[in-house]
Amino acid sequence: MPEIKIIPLGAGQDVGRSCILLNIGGKKIMLDCGMHMGYQDERRFPDFSYITPEGPVTGYIDAIIISHFHLDHCGALPYLTEMVGYNGPIYMTHPTKAIAPILLEDMRKVSVERKGESNFFTSQMIKDCMKKVIAVTLHQSVMVDNELEIKAYYAGHVLGAAMFWIRVGNQSVVYTGDYNMTPDRHLGAAWIDKCRPDVLITESTYATTIRDSKRCRERDFLKKVHECVERGGKVLIPVFALGRAQELCILLETYWERMNLKVPIYFAVGLTEKANNYYKMFITWTNQKIRKTFVQRNMFDFKHIKPFDKGYIDNPGAMVVFATPGMLHAGLSLQIFKKWAPNENNMVIMPGFCVQGTVGHKILNGSKKVEMENRQFVEVKMSVQYMSFSAHADAKGIMQLIQYCEPRNVLLVHGEAAKMEFLKEKIKQEFKIDCFMPANGETCVIQTPHKIPIDVSLPLLKAESVKYNAQPPDPKRPRIIHGVLVMKDKSTCLMDVDEACKEADISRHMVRFTSTVRLEDFGPAARTTDKLLLLVQEKLKGWNVLYQEGNISIESVLVKVEGADDETKTVYISWTNQDEELGSFILELIQTMGH
Amino acid sequence: MKLYCLSSHPSKPCHVLRFKGITIMLDCGLSAQTVLSFLPLPLVPSARLSGLPNWMPRDCNNSQLEGELKDCCGRVFIDSAPEFCVPQEKIVDFSEIDVILISNYLCMMALPFITEGTGFEGVVYATEPTLHIGRFFLEELVQYIEQTPKASLASHWKDILHFLPPPLCDSLKPRSWRHLYSLSSVNSSLSRIQMVGYDEKLDVYGALKVTPISSGFCLGSSNWIISSDHEKVAYISGSSTLTTHPRPMDQSALKNADVLIMTGLTQTPLCNPDSMLGELCITVSTTLRAGGCVLMPCYPSGVIYDLFECLSQHLENLGLTQVPMYFISPVADTSLGYSNILAEWLSQGKQSKVYLPEEPFPHAFLIKNGRLKHYKNIYAEGFSTEYRQPCVVFCGHPSLRFGDSVHFMELWGSNPQHAVVFTEPDFPYLEALAPFQPLAMKAMHCPIDTSLNFTQGNKLVRDLKPTTLVIPESYLKPPVEAPNRTDLTIEQTDRNIISFKGGDVLTLPLKRKRAKVNLSPDVCNKLVVSEVRLGVNLATLTGQLHVKDNHHSIQVLDQTVTGSNSATRKLPRRPEETLSQMRYEWGSLDLDTFIQRLREDEGISDAKVEQSSSGYIIHLPKEDALIQVEDKSTHMYCDPQLRHRLRKVLLQCLNKI
Repeated sequence: MPEIKIIPLGAGQDVGRSCILLNIGGKKIMLDCGMHMGYQDERRFPDFSYITPEGPVTGYIDAIIISHFHLDHCGALPYLTEMVGYNGPIYMTHPTKAIAPILLEDMRKVSVERKGESNFFTSQMIKDCMKKVIAVTLHQSVMVDNELEIKAYYAGHVLGAAMFWIRVGNQSVVYTGDYNMTPDRHLGAAWIDKCRPDVLITESTYATTIRDSKRCRERDFLKKVHECVERGGKVLIPVFALGRAQELCILLETYWERMNLKVPIYFAVGLTEKANNYYKMFITWTNQKIRKTFVQRNMFDFKHIKPFDKGYIDNPGAMVVFATPGMLHAGLSLQIFKKWAPNENNMVIMPGFCVQGTVGHKILNGSKKVEMENRQFVEVKMSVQYMSFSAHADAKGIMQLIQYCEPRNVLLVHGEAAKMEFLKEKIKQEFKIDCFMPANGETCVIQTPHKIPIDVSLPLLKAESVKYNAQPPDPKRPRIIHGVLVMKDKSTCLMDVDEACKEADISRHMVRFTSTVRLEDFGPAARTTDKLLLLVQEKLKGWNVLYQEGNISIESVLVKVEGADDETKTVYISWTNQDEELGSFILELIQTMGH
Repeated sequence: MKLYCLSSHPSKPCHVLRFKGITIMLDCGLSAQTVLSFLPLPLVPSARLSGLPNWMPRDCNNSQLEGELKDCCGRVFIDSAPEFCVPQEKIVDFSEIDVILISNYLCMMALPFITEGTGFEGVVYATEPTLHIGRFFLEELVQYIEQTPKASLASHWKDILHFLPPPLCDSLKPRSWRHLYSLSSVNSSLSRIQMVGYDEKLDVYGALKVTPISSGFCLGSSNWIISSDHEKVAYISGSSTLTTHPRPMDQSALKNADVLIMTGLTQTPLCNPDSMLGELCITVSTTLRAGGCVLMPCYPSGVIYDLFECLSQHLENLGLTQVPMYFISPVADTSLGYSNILAEWLSQGKQSKVYLPEEPFPHAFLIKNGRLKHYKNIYAEGFSTEYRQPCVVFCGHPSLRFGDSVHFMELWGSNPQHAVVFTEPDFPYLEALAPFQPLAMKAMHCPIDTSLNFTQGNKLVRDLKPTTLVIPESYLKPPVEAPNRTDLTIEQTDRNIISFKGGDVLTLPLKRKRAKVNLSPDVCNKLVVSEVRLGVNLATLTGQLHVKDNHHSIQVLDQTVTGSNSATRKLPRRPEETLSQMRYEWGSLDLDTFIQRLREDEGISDAKVEQSSSGYIIHLPKEDALIQVEDKSTHMYCDPQLRHRLRKVLLQCLNKI
């Protein structure tokens, strides 16, 4: 049995550092190349020594596919390509190719310049890495080489996020990256056709969650923000520069407009305008509503949202601040958090998932005292709110996707082990298909059915179809195809026996038997023939018994009567070897008649 | 395979291809040249146009004809809402079309005529830019016609065609001309379009795959590959190998097709687009320097983007930066908006700009700094206050029969300082100017047709090596205006070329011989393979054929379904029941072995061999049997008991598959 091997180097029963090795039909593909935000040491990158203990991985990997621009999916890419060494093709969508280098550079600055880390990739390395990237468009079928084909589908998670269908020969895999099955304020819902992959590798961040309606969550969010600013509190919303931030901005902008609020909203990121520009230019990747109205009004021109200045941190009075990064692990958001956390009037709203080890993760778990990197402790008195705005599919969404694409197996990644376990059982139960959840470094081998593509000569196929359609319709009747398979010069073709002999340059040898029976039946030979015809027709109901030129013929069997009117008749029965059973039956039949 | 040619215009193609039971329409171009026979529709009432004298044929006193025809400087025009020459309807029933493939936004203007009110139930495939830009092309056309309604519609002139002067009397089937569709049928027609990406393999009922590939002609323009398991048909519509703003043409995908249908070559083979652009820049700057204005009748997307870029650069180099450029169209804002968001469909250079992120086209910058201003129409807010001369005006329609261009022709026509510059190749410019005669303003013809020219077309065909080439008849003859330029034709070398004209139905030489099926491994494991020659293996195969969505697969024959009754009754099994045991003998019988076997295995030792005209005859006198052996057959005449023994020996001596 052919098989597909999958080894997660990251995201195996884990969130963060997505990196999955796929071995399909002899091709080795790396799906995502992310970094872990929760670690500062070598654990932040996937363990590439798994691919080869030393030296560049170019010869060991045929292609790298990046699903979207989040750093836990592309953060280790420059490290792999420029420091470990990889010169092969890298595929991602156009928006990902545009935005990923900016986030990478942002992260590099935080890590190197603020935290003073060494052995990190440089700006030039990010540029060199991006030069190796081949941008793909949705649904475009890309032939990586003669055998490996990939195709991107809309995933809706962030701008440019894509799921990838990967095929080699008869085997295929779909890798979802992160996706979202419900359209939100700026993105559409993920979509895939019934591509029936052998394996669906799906994220499972919200494996056990069924989220309430989006509208409720939004109302809840707005209520909390409004309450806080009304009592003069400051609201901190840690976000990533692109993605959720734009959706929440649209949300607050419209709410402020409607409620006529004057409390300032700040967007504290150098990229604001630039980020919004990307949304304007890649508007075809947003949802239908935004796309339809963009000529009249661009949703990404915000009236109420102003750029933030660090000096504002200590300003008195209420304000709402969006700051990066989203998991409070470094940068401005962490800086603001440190200042605002001790005041119970303030509020921090975590709009997305936080990986283990980050400050965000700690406070979400109820820590009231958080240790910073320099052994300082910060008391957390501010209210900590979690709002699941991050655009991942929930349990319902995952099940929906499985239903859409009808995979033969499902493999869960990008989630927590306990939750995966639950979803795994649910998938097995509901779809009666196998489900896997390998840990990092664990190899998962999935058997795939063998399919052998051959050719069939069209006349043979057409003859079958004519014959089948001539019969009264019966869905239970099997359609039978019979012929000779000719295997020659790498081509395999099924054809009618005569065509096959011609193709193979051999000649058939026709074997025919003729036996005679003497019948004591007087009268004209034609009358004897009529009698025989009746007999045969009666015995062989449903057979095609023909009367032609004085002879009876059934398939290749010929029955011929000779003899003058007043003589004993000689009956010749003749048939080919292929009709042996029928021929000898008729012979016996006529013999018994004679006795 | 059949090809129905519904259009007579090689650059506004409309074909229907029938292949493997699937009916595919290739493009639905609308030939708008018929509008040139009509009087222009002015936005502002024009005393000149309404004052034109009626024209009546000399020997005709049909009173109903009164007012339908007007005379302008010796040319006769129809005074009515313009009509269009739609693809021929009689040859193919549009309700039978499964799929319509649209190559580019210039080849879809007839879409509502095909899909609305005809019973059409198929799906339309087009790229995202083709849909968006096509939408505003259609909307602009509808708005142009609807904003200047005609009180009465002329139709009686069609009855007296033979009385009319040329070129009216040469009108092709004017009774089939149609008034334009409405906005609602545009919307309903476009809602049938499914957006596709380049290199996307689209499945058509499991029987065919169609794939759009980049054609380099305009934003989102594509050529198409239509393929079955073993056959490939390539369809080339508007394509370009010049470096302008769209993604470059993909030629390799078109290679080695069984049939290559090629349309959309240049409409102005005598003009080189590059030198035309140069001339245009000079004409514009000279006119502006002399204080004149320039009118550029144009479509709302396409070459216009390159014109903005080149012209602004040229004017800047000459220090004419203060001259305003106006882009006037009901869809100007949409056009400019979309041009900035379709990065994935642009040339590499333009595409890389959005990574910065900057707008891919320089016209975004021209708008920001106020050098290019765009308005919905001449009444639009701000236009009259902003307007100043000299200026360059880009506006539609290039036929000069409707749209704002009519207004500017009326406004500037009598002033020799001004100029009109024709860049769109769709309309002969002298014809377009005819109802504005006598004209004092300068008229320049600088057609910029980036489509393949004949040199490029011939080279392409040589590279692609199709088995059969299908082209419009006109591509085999030099242009009428240059009858000696045989280089402006498609070469007729040893290649198989089939030419067509509008209304033709062609049978294309494409014979399908094989189809692909999937064989289940279980069937494969049961095969008894015999090598008949080195490298040639044969095996008899019987299986159950499954057909789903036009995909075939062969699986193990379920023997419980068949052959169940044979055990209980003493009847022979039906032919389909014996198939799985069927073997076929081949090769020739080795006589010596056969006779030796007869003697050794069956004790028949009296065989007498006699040579006959075509082989041998073996007599077995004791058994009273006769065996005719020929090279490719053996015939046994014997009694039933003996037969079983002889048969056994014979079959042992023959090769089987």
